Amino acid sequence: MIKENLGIRKSDIINRRMFIIGAAKIIIFTGIVARLFSLQINENKKYLTLSDKNRIREWKLPPTRGNIVDYFGNIIAGNLKVYQLHIIPEQVENFNYLLLRLKTLLNLSEKKIQKIVNLKNKLKPWDSIIVSENLSWSQFLKVNNYLYDLVGVKPVMTISRNYPFNEMYTHVLGYVSQPNEEEILENEIVKERFVPGMKIGKLGLEKTLENQLIGTNAIQRYEVNAYGKRINQLEYQKGLQGSKIRLTVDTEVQKLSAQLLSNKAGSISVMDIYTGDIIAMYSSPSYDPNLFLFGISQDEWQLIRNNPLKPLINKTLSGLYSPGSTIKPIVALSALENNIINPNFKVKCTGKTELYGQTFHCWKEKGHGFVSLKNAMKQSCDTYFYEIARLLGVDRLNVTAKKFGLGEKVLGEYFDNEKRGLFPNTNWKKNNLGKGWVLGETLITGIGQGYTQTTPLQLCLMTAQIANGGYKIKPKIIVNDDPLTLEDAKNFMELQSLQKPNTRLFDDSKNIKIVQEAMFSSTNEQFGTSYRSRIDNPKYQFAGKTGTSQVKRISKRERELDLKLEQIPYKDRDHALYVAYGPYKNPRYALSIIVEHGGSGSKAAAPMAKELFKLIIDRDELRNKQSNFENINI
Amino acid sequence: MFQRDTLNSELSFFQKIKEMDYTLLICIILLSIISLLVMYSTDGGEILFHTKSHFSKLAVFFPMMIFIAFFNIRYWHTFAYLFYFLIILLLLYVSFFGLKSSGSQRWMDLYLFVLQPSELMKIAIILCLAKYYHRIKVENVNSLTSITLVLSIITIPIIFVISQPDLGTSVLIAMSGLIVLWLGGVKVKYFVYSFITFLISLPFIISFLKPYQKLRILTFLDPDRDPLGAGYQIIQSKIAIGSGGLEGKGFLKGTQSYLDFLPEKHTDFIFTLFSEEFGFIGSVGLLILYTIIIFRVIRIGALSRSNFSKLFCFGFAFSIFIYIVVNLSMVLGLLPIVGSPLPIMSYGGSSMLATMIGFGIVLSAKINRKQTIA
Repeated sequence: MIKENLGIRKSDIINRRMFIIGAAKIIIFTGIVARLFSLQINENKKYLTLSDKNRIREWKLPPTRGNIVDYFGNIIAGNLKVYQLHIIPEQVENFNYLLLRLKTLLNLSEKKIQKIVNLKNKLKPWDSIIVSENLSWSQFLKVNNYLYDLVGVKPVMTISRNYPFNEMYTHVLGYVSQPNEEEILENEIVKERFVPGMKIGKLGLEKTLENQLIGTNAIQRYEVNAYGKRINQLEYQKGLQGSKIRLTVDTEVQKLSAQLLSNKAGSISVMDIYTGDIIAMYSSPSYDPNLFLFGISQDEWQLIRNNPLKPLINKTLSGLYSPGSTIKPIVALSALENNIINPNFKVKCTGKTELYGQTFHCWKEKGHGFVSLKNAMKQSCDTYFYEIARLLGVDRLNVTAKKFGLGEKVLGEYFDNEKRGLFPNTNWKKNNLGKGWVLGETLITGIGQGYTQTTPLQLCLMTAQIANGGYKIKPKIIVNDDPLTLEDAKNFMELQSLQKPNTRLFDDSKNIKIVQEAMFSSTNEQFGTSYRSRIDNPKYQFAGKTGTSQVKRISKRERELDLKLEQIPYKDRDHALYVAYGPYKNPRYALSIIVEHGGSGSKAAAPMAKELFKLIIDRDELRNKQSNFENINI
Repeated sequence: MFQRDTLNSELSFFQKIKEMDYTLLICIILLSIISLLVMYSTDGGEILFHTKSHFSKLAVFFPMMIFIAFFNIRYWHTFAYLFYFLIILLLLYVSFFGLKSSGSQRWMDLYLFVLQPSELMKIAIILCLAKYYHRIKVENVNSLTSITLVLSIITIPIIFVISQPDLGTSVLIAMSGLIVLWLGGVKVKYFVYSFITFLISLPFIISFLKPYQKLRILTFLDPDRDPLGAGYQIIQSKIAIGSGGLEGKGFLKGTQSYLDFLPEKHTDFIFTLFSEEFGFIGSVGLLILYTIIIFRVIRIGALSRSNFSKLFCFGFAFSIFIYIVVNLSMVLGLLPIVGSPLPIMSYGGSSMLATMIGFGIVLSAKINRKQTIA
């Protein structure tokens, strides 16, 4: 019985103690359930987000740039499908064999092969290596034919910038290329949208309009595993193409400009005298911006860089030239406006003027005899302009020149390589050179030599503002909301001149008229300097002024030798200039032409104007029709 | 006297089938099915290595459990010490000739499968101590010799297991042993004293830990300390469970496990995957299933006439409970990461072998519940 009792007692202990831990179990299990509840119910959202962050990764794709079109909607900077070749290392069975096959198929260089191998060692096995950014169609076909033998190779189609008119618009559009680190950090939008392989504008409008053109990234959302490998695509969010930009330029005129300047260094600009639309703006020689898309080769780059005609310089905007005789309309206008002379004022030209023992030559050695303003303009008599400049003084001339846009940027906001040029006055010289103004300098300023430096586009604007009756216009290269029709533009111009007196550039409209007539005679009357380039048909008839700007001082000996153009070394030849507007009866367009080292303006530059005006005026009707369309669908 | 005679006599095969505990059996089958489904999910929704292997283990060990159930519990009483010593020998063998894997030496190659003797020790220690407390007189329980003896019974295997090194299993062995001591009637004050001593010597113990073990404790205290290194497992585990929500992401749709964010998803972190796919409802359901199993085992112990059966059933129920608590607390970020499988659910042969032996003995205790053991 004792044994039994003890037994019972023992099982009592066991049962009692079991009961205690049984209760503990329930408490602990409740605790675990509470923990589960807090994780799965209370904090569910937090952990769901974390889980999605774990598994979903976004890949940004390069955005598609907006198209740039000319006035008529022709794409001048577009996008092209390009064929690329990628290798996905983890799918490759035999990497060395694959490289060998590709090397023979695509003629890859040893350097390129080494580059691929380096990339392969750097990247994760599932990151693709770009073997070739731009395969030709035949190469692409070849690769596709041998695809069975090229395990791990992926032919890819992607989009790249393309300039269909090649070198035609390079100095307007600039080009795109891979950005460097600085350029990425500089621009917030580029920084945000940057992905490897993306290209940004490096120059010209491509650069200044970057933020409008860039477009937004397409986004691919992938589910990835813990090692970052893409498992499947969840979503594809299309990116928006960058804004379309419509320019005021006319490709046909641009083409003719390029043709006229082929093998020459120089610039042609054409402008609408009422709207300020730039119809053409070509700097010669140019270069093909497409070369920069996939990295330019060293040879091609050296060829561009070492070209003596300097293709890299945008001569229209950053080329600084002495205006030569093309400044004479402004000198004449200034003298008339300041009542220094009247149209009948005459000067006797003997071929040279003496001043304080210094001789100032007229281009015509024998002299022009007695010349009036009109004849002086017509024959570009230097003596006449020495005289009126002397009477006028450089400071008053400067005021008029400034009004017409000399010494100021024309399109400053869009081109950071544009130069201001210079039109001197006495203060300028004192402040910048620390010397007093000398009267002789006034004389040579009067014929567009000396300190004066202008860009071809400034001369074009100057001419346009004379042609439109002396009203200030705002040149533009991008189509905006300004009045589009001729009537509207004229009305706008006049209205503006009433509201803002400084947009009226004259005191007496008669004076403008006189200058216009003088320019007309220079082109359309016998003995005019550009008489040989005239068009008699009133539809195309234009008025202009030639200019020949000296590159270096002509020595006495050279003057006596009177060398032919071909006998002078290229570098020392004069620049040929011509400014004009037309049609004379109802002017609409102004232009400026510069042929570097081309000799005389009448021989080298003026004939080009003839060709240009024919085309520009023929296209006038088409252009007016086009202007009614606010938006062109391409 | 009449009763005792009939009860001591062997039951017929038919009677044994009749006496079988079908509730427990069904629960175990249910758990096995769930474990197979989860294993199928860890294989990415395909019947691959882990699913096949887990299935074949169940196919061997489940019948083995039934087989053990038909043996009289008396034999387990008889061979309890022997079983204990046998496992000690295996541990000794392993510490010299065992297979090494990721820095520890715990396994022996039995050709058909790799055995981890320390898992079997979890059962052996309960059997051994149950027999000891069954036989000892109540008044001797708290004697110095008795306490010394039982403590050495617990300490010897733990020394082997710690030196493997395997902190998780040694803690679980210690817990299983101590619970039998508790049930056997060791004075409460001893537990209190030793607990206080443990707390005081804790810093001292920590200084003896291996660097990776210390790191685990630090990581537990602050998982964000090194989110991609040591804290990675626990952070990812919490993300998986937390993102499961009320209803879960759905069977085979657990992104955390499917995309390999979960470490050890077949073994120690199996609950994480289950919880991600079946949510709070599923997790609580699983806990309820485990609770039913545990209380069924306790009930069998309570019904048993012999103290050996009682001690074993209660001890086993408690150790199952401890395995679950340690495992769940670990994946829920309540305890540092110690390797401890979830019974039946986790992939791993030795753990399942031990668990199935345990359930077999419990079922045998049920069948022979009226049996007294001298």
